[in-house]
This record gives sequence, structure tokens and C-alpha cells, in this order.
Amino acid sequence: MTPRTPGAELPEHPDWLWHSPEPKKSYDVVIVGGGGHGLATAYYLAVNHGITNVAVLEGGWLAGGNMARNTTIIRSNYLWDESAGLYEHSLKLWEGLEEALDYPLLFSQRGVLNLAHSLQEVRDSVRRVEANKLNGVDAEWLDPAQVAEICPILNTSEDLRYPVMGATWQPRAGIAKHDHVAWGFARELDRMGVDLVQNCQVTGFERVGDRVVGVTTTRGAIRAGKVALAAAGQTSVLADELGLRLPIQSHPLQALVSELLEPVHPTVVMSNAVHVYVSQAHKGELVLGAGIDSYNSYGQRGAFHTIEREMTAAVELFPMFSRAHVLRTWAGVVDVTPDASAIMGLTPFDGLYVNCGWGTGGFKATPGVGWCYAHTIAHDEPHPLNAPFGLDRFTTGALVDEHGAAGVAH
Amino acid sequence: MLLIPCPWCGPRNEIEFHYGGQADVSYPEDPDSVSDVDWAHFLFYRDNPKGVLAERWSHQAGCRRWFTLRRNTVTNEIHVDDDASEAGAVTR
Ligand SMILES: Cc1cc2nc3c(=O)[nH]c(=O)nc-3n(C[C@H](O)[C@H](O)[C@H](O)COP(=O)(O)OP(=O)(O)OC[C@H]3O[C@@H](n4cnc5c(N)ncnc54)[C@H](O)[C@@H]3O)c2cc1C
Ligand SMILES: [Zn+2]
Repeated sequence: MTPRTPGAELPEHPDWLWHSPEPKKSYDVVIVGGGGHGLATAYYLAVNHGITNVAVLEGGWLAGGNMARNTTIIRSNYLWDESAGLYEHSLKLWEGLEEALDYPLLFSQRGVLNLAHSLQEVRDSVRRVEANKLNGVDAEWLDPAQVAEICPILNTSEDLRYPVMGATWQPRAGIAKHDHVAWGFARELDRMGVDLVQNCQVTGFERVGDRVVGVTTTRGAIRAGKVALAAAGQTSVLADELGLRLPIQSHPLQALVSELLEPVHPTVVMSNAVHVYVSQAHKGELVLGAGIDSYNSYGQRGAFHTIEREMTAAVELFPMFSRAHVLRTWAGVVDVTPDASAIMGLTPFDGLYVNCGWGTGGFKATPGVGWCYAHTIAHDEPHPLNAPFGLDRFTTGALVDEHGAAGVAH
Repeated sequence: MLLIPCPWCGPRNEIEFHYGGQADVSYPEDPDSVSDVDWAHFLFYRDNPKGVLAERWSHQAGCRRWFTLRRNTVTNEIHVDDDASEAGAVTR
């Protein structure tokens, strides 16, 4: 590996990429939440459907929610056809996004290893690889020696309590710099005349019968032809204002970074069984995450024992990490569904659309969500890719059960 | 890290407990007459308030009994239910 200055490839910090307009009295579409999903949705409303009389209302600062907190892993190696369809569509969009937005997203297809630590996990993983291939998703099954070749710092010896028995490998998976993704979308939206309104908390809805016709906010009432929720972990709080119950539970999800280190970690490694996932950011921090804290919380902080367990797993898998210092830990509030899949589509209210339940895994979906949600809003009908993710699946029983299958445990 | 007051053992570290979700979710009295929508709500829908939630915890590393406590989901402040140790508090 050639030596390099950490961070040398990072672009200059942008000064002003978007304006901060006063909200107008009315819009064709109001999007609630200025995270990656809200921004991407506004972008594809404009680009694919020509709808630009749009406001993205953000309660805090633009993309300061989970968009700024996630561990940036992007992949599409999900088991079920429905999920593979959505996440692979998203991955394909990622592959052209830097060019489309003309902004450096630091999208790095360094691949992801999903480790297997038991015979059952080996079988499930091999099955997932075959399912991926059938869906046109790049995937391979690797034995421990092949795993060690891709990630030499990983402990693939047999004397671990849960030895690495192999891994699935998706070479096209990777990471992107989440802030830049949001800023890239925001800059384009601003250019196209979409209002990005920050410090504008949506507090309720205006209704005429079963039609939602606007929102109330901390900056006054705003009329809207259509209202699209993209508020991640806060969606239940908003839906409660309408008496709309949603099958989601909000939990803290923590992440942490180490100090800056020389490049040591060439890929993304995820382990479901001992539960840790690790990549190395462009600047050099090791970025680590694990599962949610068990209880419901809007507190944006979790418990230390969760971090302790995650570090135990990390140090066993990567013995050299024992020398690294933790620099920062934080949590986001994620919305978890009973089948570990997102909810995206229509609601019982005309003019109200829901996008939530992405839980611990929605960053990778950002462009795909925007694409499908924009279609859903523009046509009042889900895109074929998000049709299986409607609210009605909890009544019909047609769940998209990605627990474990997705290589996530929460 | 929560300090959870087990009604039988007293205050203990969160790591001794298992979280059981919302309290007082009862199995339908007459399952045969429950509509699909109501089944869906029984199976998949739980309250998710920003504020006080009544929830079930089991003291797995201690007495292994279930109990109800009310906890604020923003501040983590815990309000112990006076009747938590009574049989009636156990959800069917
Ligand atoms: C620690 C952590 C690690 C993660 N790691 C990954 C990962 O590696 N890969 C992956 O794919 N996903 C990951 N995720 C999940 C991913 O971050 C989320 O699924 C995704 O960001 C959700 O969509 P969003 O970007 O729109 O959410 P957010 O960025 O949270 O956007 C929602 C926005 O809505 C705003 N809002 C809320 N309520 C209101 C209101 N009433 N009025 C106005 N605005 C409001 C919020 O302020 C927020 O900015 C992780 C999440 C966390 C917390
Ligand atoms: Zn006890």
C-alpha cells in the first residue's frame, strides 16, 4: 500500500450549497424531514416527475438526524426478491450518483464481507449467495482462507470462541460519505428551486375529512397538495397526531469511531452472530456499529454495555484493534418494524404518504427510496419496487421477513 | 445504563434484565371472532410514545420474574407501579 496523507482526497468544505428560504404559504408537495430520504425524494420528484414546487421541512438542521449518524454501509445482498429488488435498484443509482449530482460523495466500492460463525449461518449464507445471484446481485461464498486474503487483519484462526467459518462477499458494496450525499442532493435541489427549510418542526396536520391538506409547524401553517413523511425514528410521534398507528418501535442505535489510523482495513466486515460491523473511513477512523439497545427510546443515547459487547466482538475478530482508542460514541433513533423491512407507500389518509421503518439499514437505500417514493407521491400509487412494502402487509400477512436473512440482527 | 428496580430484588443493573415491550397487551378473548385487522394490531402494533410507556421487564439474571414499570422514553425516568408485584399485573 502506498503511503498517503489521510484525508487528502476529501473535497473542500462547502461554504454555501443552499439557501435558507422562508417557507411559503403553500406547496404542491411538502416533505417532512430533511434527512437523506427526504432530500432524495425531492430530487427524484423534480428529475423524474418535473415536480419542483416542493418544500423539505426539517425540524433541526439539514441532514443532522440519522443521516449524520450512520455507519455508511451500502450493500444489496438481501435474501428476499422484494428486498433485493429495492436495494439493488438503489445500489445501481449509487453507482451513477456522483456523476448525476456532480459532487464528490466518496462512494467507495470496497466490498462487504458478511461473516458466518456457525454451521447454520454457513447454510443460510450460501443460500443467500445463490438467491442474490438469481436476482442479479453480485455475491460469492468464501472459505476462511479466501476471507483472510481479502481482509488480512481479520482473525480467521480456529481458536476463537466463534471462529470465522466463511463469509459472503459482495464486491460492489461499500461506503459513501453521508454528509456529502446530503449536501450533494441539497445543492441540486436548491438550484432547481426546491425550498429547503431548516428549524421548521412539523407539529401536526391540517385535514379536510380524510384528506391531509397541509401541516402545522413551528413556523406557521403550510398548505400542501401532498404531504410525504420522511422523519425516520420520529414517525410515530407525527402519526399519533392523526390517530394513525404504525407498526414501528423507536430504539437507540449506537456507533463509535476510533482515532485516525493509517489505512489498515481494506473492506467492510459485518458479523451478525457476534454482532459488530467495521469499516475504515476515508480519513482513517475505524467506524464501528452493532445492534440496537433493547428498549424503546427517543433519548438519542444508549447504554455502555451495548458498546462493551460490540468491542468484545471487534477485538476478538481484529486483535490489532485492542491498541486503538475510541474517540466518540453517539446514538440515533431508529424505527424498527416487526419484519425488519421498511414501510413505504400510501396511508389511510388521502394526500399523506409514509416512508419509515428503515431501522438500522436505510442509508444504503437513500437514492432508491427517493426514486420509488417520488413515484408513489407523483402517481398516488406505489412503484412496483416498493409495492411489497406497504402498510397492508401486516394485515395480509405478506411480510418481507429480513431478520437474519439480511445479515442484520436487531 | 438503566438502574432498574426489580419489585422483588431491588434496584439492579440493566444488564440483568430482558426487555419485553409494551405492557398490558392481552391475548384476544375470543380468537375466532377477531378480524384480520384486529389480529394485525394484536400481533404487530405497539404504542411508541415519546414520553411515559408502561412496559414489561424480566429479571433474567435474578429472580426471573416479570413485572411492569413505567419509563419515560426520552429521559429514562422510571416510575415503579405500586401493583407490579401482584398477579393481576401479569399479562395473559
Ligand atoms: C448509528 C447508526 C448506524 C447506521 N448505520 C447504517 C449503515 O451502515 N447503513 C445503512 O444503510 N443504514 C444505517 N443506519 C440507518 C440509516 O441512518 C437510516 O435508516 C436512514 O438515515 C433513515 O432515513 P433518513 O436519512 O431520512 O433519516 P434522518 O436523517 O433521521 O432524517 C429524518 C429527519 O427528519 C427530521 N424530523 C423528524 N421529525 C420531524 C418533524 N416533526 N418536523 C420536521 N422534521 C422532522 C429529523 O430531524 C431528521 O433530520 C444507521 C443508523 C444509525 C443511527
Ligand atoms: Zn428480581
